[in-house]
Amino acid sequence: MRKHWGLLGIFLVVCIVTALYGKNFLTAYNLMNLVQRTALFSILALGVGFVIGTGGIDLSLGSVVCLVGIAVPWLLIEHGWSPWTVVPVVLAGSALIGLAHGLLVTRLRLQPFLVTLCGLLLYRGIARWMTGDQSQGFQGEFAELRSIAVGRIPLPGLETFRLPATTIPLVVLAVIAALFLARTVWGRWLLATGSNEAAARYSGIPTARLVTGAYVACSLLAGLGGMLFIFDVGSAQPSDFGNFYELYAIAAAVLGGCSLRGGSVSVVGIVLGTATLQVLRNSINLLGLGSQLEFAVIGAVLLAGVAADELVRRWHAARLERRGAG
Amino acid sequence: MASAPQVRTILRARGIGRRFAGVTALDGIDADIRAGEVLAIVGENGAGKSTLLKILSGVLAPSSGSLEEVDGHGHAHELRLRSVADAAQAGIALVHQELNLAENLDLAGAILLGREHHRFGWLDTRSMRAEAGRWLARVGLDLDPSTLCGSLPIAQRQLVEIAKALSANARILILDEPTSSLSARETERLLSMLDELRRSGVAVVYVSHHLDEVLAIADRALVLRDGRMAGTLDRSTMDRSTIERLMVGRDLPPVTVRPSLDDASTRLAVDGLISAHRRRRPVSLTVRRGEIVGLAGLVGAGRTELLEAIAGLGHASGSISLDGRPLTGTIAERVARGLAIVPEDRARHGLFTLDPVRTNISMAWLPRGAHAGLVDHAGEREVVGGMITRLRLRPTDPARRVQTLSGGNQQKTILGRWLAVEPSVLLLDEPTRGVDVGARHDIHEAVRAAAAAGCAVLFASSDLEEVLLLADRILVMHDGAIAGEFLREAATDVAIMSLATGGALEGAR
Repeated sequence: MRKHWGLLGIFLVVCIVTALYGKNFLTAYNLMNLVQRTALFSILALGVGFVIGTGGIDLSLGSVVCLVGIAVPWLLIEHGWSPWTVVPVVLAGSALIGLAHGLLVTRLRLQPFLVTLCGLLLYRGIARWMTGDQSQGFQGEFAELRSIAVGRIPLPGLETFRLPATTIPLVVLAVIAALFLARTVWGRWLLATGSNEAAARYSGIPTARLVTGAYVACSLLAGLGGMLFIFDVGSAQPSDFGNFYELYAIAAAVLGGCSLRGGSVSVVGIVLGTATLQVLRNSINLLGLGSQLEFAVIGAVLLAGVAADELVRRWHAARLERRGAG
Repeated sequence: MASAPQVRTILRARGIGRRFAGVTALDGIDADIRAGEVLAIVGENGAGKSTLLKILSGVLAPSSGSLEEVDGHGHAHELRLRSVADAAQAGIALVHQELNLAENLDLAGAILLGREHHRFGWLDTRSMRAEAGRWLARVGLDLDPSTLCGSLPIAQRQLVEIAKALSANARILILDEPTSSLSARETERLLSMLDELRRSGVAVVYVSHHLDEVLAIADRALVLRDGRMAGTLDRSTMDRSTIERLMVGRDLPPVTVRPSLDDASTRLAVDGLISAHRRRRPVSLTVRRGEIVGLAGLVGAGRTELLEAIAGLGHASGSISLDGRPLTGTIAERVARGLAIVPEDRARHGLFTLDPVRTNISMAWLPRGAHAGLVDHAGEREVVGGMITRLRLRPTDPARRVQTLSGGNQQKTILGRWLAVEPSVLLLDEPTRGVDVGARHDIHEAVRAAAAAGCAVLFASSDLEEVLLLADRILVMHDGAIAGEFLREAATDVAIMSLATGGALEGAR
């Protein structure tokens, strides 16, 4: 937790400034929305966090969100499949996408950036072609299924604020991810692979399997996220659904202290990083800064955060050097 | 050796000390640096050698004590070095361990860097080359001054660095581990060149791990231990065992006597193995239970390729068996069968440098201690703690980042990772390269103990002394194949070298 004080500080400052100077920040409706978006984006960021932990990157997850998100109503409404078939099929499909990424990276030794950049183009293209570029939606049906994402759980003692149902999958996934990284042999080996893949291989760690597993987890969570996103919004355009989501996820993971060089992942940091980005987007709106500025502000904050982190790291390393010299 | 009359003290260090953030790195160092003499500075890693060099060359200022310049009349006055430029002004030049010649400059440009000859602002290339040529001749290099630095082999670059220092009027030449990347012949040339410089009245300060070089060239030796002076030796008192005792600060216990292996069964059998070595020649060998087999040979003889092929790294054909069962598959599968490999390049292939000693040591052990995939943290602490004690790892704190450890302790960390899983076969590639005397002894004893517990050990080393010290049986490799085999009692360094360089010799069987 110690290393997240800086991020927590930024988060609180943005919250306080927005609450003081913006309209409607502390309303139950706005807060519910924020929690909902944080939960959904955190699920994506957790997935990419695993890949980043191995020293890789996944640029395709926004397109996976789109493909899965579009495929769910398309299969349910246009093709009349039952939800009991659709959900397992799309999740298995996303896992297969991740498996393909993982095998291309570990067996063919292609660069992760390249593999997933192609994925980014490929899956969005497929989603648009498959649906004839037509908007897909639930047309008011499947309310029960959609309640997984749009449901609100009443909390004792709170009148207007009800907890978005998506926090349940987030908490479950975050706890599993944190336990996996801190407590299991495979988690330790995953991070070791990220910090020095050659040394990990020489230590007898099955690095290829771990890296492949990370890509599978990432795409699977992107698929799950895509499903929840479409349940939430009800209908979407294949041409813009999930656009830039990979960048929000990567930015959140990096803000949360995951090094793009691999070897360090923090679940708490990822969730906090996502929350910070979502509050920031929200406050740009509420402060009346004009939504055109959104990307510029996020870019600036990310750059400042990463630069500050690097400076602290160097200062720390220099201190170690001075101490350890001799 | 140096003729007596011209030897006189030109720089004196008095009670030099240096503290870093409250930690004493150097304390109370007195030294006389004399023109016409070679002063060796020896000590284990972390003894304070680099700190002392940095102070002498103006990189660091001392926290206590002072440097004094002594003139021809014996008058001393204090010398304050605020920068490397100050030191150069005072005639002190440091030739670095890592060579930093500008790769894209020609030799004349590199030697006269910052002191270029010019006419009306235009470089006077002809006069620069003429001057550079004189300095190159001085260090025994017969090279065209228009040659690009980048095209020179490392040994020659080092000599160019020395030429550069001399051209800048250096009276005191400080060399930090100058032979770490040189072959035996190149080392010999460097030493004879230093001898000539000494005769011409240059003061040479020589830092090296290699005690035979120190014994060959140094007039005096300053031994450091834990940042303090452990002793100053001159030629009459300087011998290997005295230096080692002063460096380590304890008498190294005698090495464990090796047991008889006559009736031990074969553990590792390699048959017709063709590794990634460019010559693709088949290699066959066996290692018995409890036996330590050394692979001697020159760089490029195929030892690393052989060890990696046995470990399942890279493509190879031929058969390998462990305890009679074929050993195949990925390295992960072989490790699960009880194989262990300590690689040659510890930073690249061995260590997780930013991680603590604890996770570095427990890496291979993790699945053994795990219950349902969960790490057994208590068991991990116990195993790591035991390994730190057993290998005499310093510092003993398991939370220390591996990056901050000395080479010897880093090597112990990797060895500990494997000893923790009690391997059946232990492969070691250059087990003590860049490791100081005390750590080397500890590492050798740990390897002997592993063998005594039944492990079959196969190690490669370029250090003949190490091969003769550690191996029960020695295989000499030359050009991708095994050129001969010795039992330890029958082996001599001359015989091994002869086979390693492609000769044939009696005595090998």
